[in-house]
Amino acid sequence: MSDTDIVCYRLQACPFCERVVRRLQEYGIDYESRFVEPLHSERDAVKRLTGKRTVPAIVDDTEGVTMSESANIVDYLDRTYGDADEAGGEA
Amino acid sequence: MELDFEVVDLGPADHPEEGEQAPEFTRPLVTDEYWSDVALSELVARDDEPTVLLFHSMDGAFPATYLWKEVRSRDWHAEATVVGVSISTPYAHKQLIDERDLGEDYALYSDPGNGVAEAYGIAHDLDGMAAVSEPRPAVFVLDSERTVEYAWVAEEWPDFPDYDEIEAAL
Repeated sequence: MSDTDIVCYRLQACPFCERVVRRLQEYGIDYESRFVEPLHSERDAVKRLTGKRTVPAIVDDTEGVTMSESANIVDYLDRTYGDADEAGGEA
Repeated sequence: MELDFEVVDLGPADHPEEGEQAPEFTRPLVTDEYWSDVALSELVARDDEPTVLLFHSMDGAFPATYLWKEVRSRDWHAEATVVGVSISTPYAHKQLIDERDLGEDYALYSDPGNGVAEAYGIAHDLDGMAAVSEPRPAVFVLDSERTVEYAWVAEEWPDFPDYDEIEAAL
């Protein structure tokens, strides 16, 4: 969808994906979920974007950012969309 | 030769007619690579080509197989956005896409709750499968504002669309 800020590639019932989604929801970010193949070897849509087949992966068009690995994504979301106090506290 | 078999009479359906606007819905749209929620209004507006909604039996039933074999062989995707709708899960849709070689050219809406068929007045309770309802076989050709340009809904079961007639409407 065109009115979303972030596209999130995810797998049903994947806890790492849920972690990212929870953060997106906390920050009130409009996101589009794209559910991919459970079979790792067939996740070509993700590989074309990030060079890897792992999920979660996000594409943030506003910031021009594409990344995978849930810990990295959560850090990125905190830095970019978290409120100033929290970001200051962690720095 | 007279064949001794019977089709089930479903009677007329109260479905969107030509010239009316087809009901809006959002459901997971399954492609060969992923699925995501897509509104019908967004799908029809993607380009100037007509959109063909093919309501069919659950994936794996022979009518679904026959339908997609025929559509694939006619290459409708060259002139229209062609999508299926059934009660099958996205996982089953992925398998159908692979089996029928639908690739990037066709996509399938997944509607396990059958709400889309209900909104279109074409829900059909399956005999012998408790609590399972699916769409009647039906075809709607829509313009980019969801106006129905062609409509066909089965009045007996099983039944198949008139492929030549649909092709003429594209």
